[in-house]
Amino acid sequence: MVNTKHPWKAWLYLSPAIVLLLIFTLWPIINTVVMAFQEGYSIQQASKGKEFEFGLDNFAYVIEYRGFLTCLKNTILLCVLTVPISTMLALLIAVCLNSIKPLQKFLQTIFFLPYVTNSIAIGMVFAAMFNVVGTVSAKEPIIQTWGIINNIIMFFGGEPVNWINAGSEYWANIFVLTVYIVWNALPFKILVLLGGLQSVNKQYYDAAKIDSTPKWRVFTKITVPLLSPMIAYVVITGFIGGFKEYSSIVGIFGEKMGPPGAMGKPLNTMVGYIYDSISRQQGRASAAALILFGIIFVVTMINLYVSKKKTHY
Amino acid sequence: MKVELQNLTKIFPNRNKKIKEGVVAVSDFTFTVPDGKLVGLLGPSGCGKSTTLYMISGLQQATSGKIFFGDEDVTDLSPENRGVGLVFQNYALYPHLTVMQNILFPLQNLKGKDKLPKEEMIQRAEEAARLVQIDELLDRKPNELSGGQQQRVAIARALVKMPRVLLLDEPLSNLDARLRLQTREEIRRIQKETGITTVFVTHDQEEAMSISDMIVVMKLGVIQQVGEPQEIYDNPINLFVAKFLGTPPINVFRGCVQNGKLYIGEEAVLDVAGVEDKPVYVGIRPEGFTLDENGPLTCKLSGIEVMGRDVSIISTNENSTNPSVRSIINSDNKVDATAETVKYSLKPHKVFVFDAETEERIYF
Repeated sequence: MVNTKHPWKAWLYLSPAIVLLLIFTLWPIINTVVMAFQEGYSIQQASKGKEFEFGLDNFAYVIEYRGFLTCLKNTILLCVLTVPISTMLALLIAVCLNSIKPLQKFLQTIFFLPYVTNSIAIGMVFAAMFNVVGTVSAKEPIIQTWGIINNIIMFFGGEPVNWINAGSEYWANIFVLTVYIVWNALPFKILVLLGGLQSVNKQYYDAAKIDSTPKWRVFTKITVPLLSPMIAYVVITGFIGGFKEYSSIVGIFGEKMGPPGAMGKPLNTMVGYIYDSISRQQGRASAAALILFGIIFVVTMINLYVSKKKTHY
Repeated sequence: MKVELQNLTKIFPNRNKKIKEGVVAVSDFTFTVPDGKLVGLLGPSGCGKSTTLYMISGLQQATSGKIFFGDEDVTDLSPENRGVGLVFQNYALYPHLTVMQNILFPLQNLKGKDKLPKEEMIQRAEEAARLVQIDELLDRKPNELSGGQQQRVAIARALVKMPRVLLLDEPLSNLDARLRLQTREEIRRIQKETGITTVFVTHDQEEAMSISDMIVVMKLGVIQQVGEPQEIYDNPINLFVAKFLGTPPINVFRGCVQNGKLYIGEEAVLDVAGVEDKPVYVGIRPEGFTLDENGPLTCKLSGIEVMGRDVSIISTNENSTNPSVRSIINSDNKVDATAETVKYSLKPHKVFVFDAETEERIYF
């Protein structure tokens, strides 16, 4: 228990963590803020002894830059698409998993696999699934070489879609990304929601049975409200993760952040933009990072406000 | 609606899967709850009384046997279709709903021809709330209520859909002593007012005695005795029932019958003509003793408790199976607290003789 006689002991035990946090978290954060407000800051020039004026120049540049708007749009779009879909799917799967007895542990493990698999690797697998396998050449019949998804579509008599290859449409790209991100986000959400479900007192369900409650009403009036704290948690962390989306796009499209041959980086995100600028224009990267922080902060505040009103007890 | 239980048996599979034989929770339970009566299932923990209740509710399926509500066979009906009200031991109120929403919940589930207009639902919920006297708490959440209030809400929720049978699982066990007294009278009143056939489960014999029309005493899944509370108290069928009912508990002595006389130790305490000679247990209710200087039963006096109207004398006897012998006598009798021994004669109708081997009652 806490030893109030020797408070220095507590600090002693905490010191490794505090030192690490100071060096690797707090100091970089302060540095980021300082850099963001130094106009045109770059490490290369700073090392040559150049002094920078303080101002909002970096922010102005980032906001006015056309590519940044694309990044912002992509990021928000992916967030808005994937968080609700993955949350609802996770809820559905968690409820189903919770209601079956045999194979529950086995299926739980399967659903958890994406969580422990490298997201770049998964991205490459997804790319293969949606991709043209092998080389597309004008001489060979293209139909033979489409990836598994298009094969399935064609099996049911559909037209193959150019998902991610050269000349593919933006919305096809976004669709693939959404599927990938949702799938990747499921395991954690399922885990949290399943844990929540299993801690719900079974007697509520017995009581509902006695009162002849229809299944759907049990779900909407009992399960969801009782799970609401977990749902809120999953949504909030989902949004935070969503705004930091980056590796999934690299996984599928590579560093070009778009289908081959596309101009610029049509699928770039906020974090992608930060990475782009970090090698040359650290001032702008810092400004972009602060803007991203601001957005996540505001969204999380809204989330918390809404969930406080909507979650029970 | 009378509830008829025929040869009801519940066997749970053994935890150890290698053992095929299951655990018998309730065995061959046959009993009819008369229409509109309040029946208490009484027994120590693990005697299968809650399992019996859950089988009536349908939450547990009977392994064998039949359940009838009136003339309808409900054995294979799911709990949804049985139309029972059940009050859980820890109430199971939905924590995210207000009291009103909790009470309304069963009504909102009604479908088809039973569906009620909204105003009628609210009216019925308010009626139920009034009946259990919580009509001022309707906007609260369950965690803003005391245990007793939550209990009433649970009863209101069970009553609002006018169940065919009301089931209460240990309804008073989560309440403090004073509230328990008050609430059990409350349950009695509500049951009388609504006339709903009610079954409740308790391990507290005082609780069962005080409010039940009928008591079913159970032990290890088997019915021991069924009857009105007073009848069971006055006429226990075996040693277990005699010991289980009554506060203070019955005094049990080792004894034997010889030549039509009942002996405790060396002393012949009672005439028991017609009983064959054998070792027995003698159960004597605390009120079955009379102070008598020439009485046959001698005990070592160890203490006196004055309780106003009555005096409780605590003594020891080497043949007693209880650590001490407790008798209750009218305080008009003067007891010499300094005396070493106390002598009793016995009231024959408060003395029960049980076979030492089978522990069954021997009548005389």
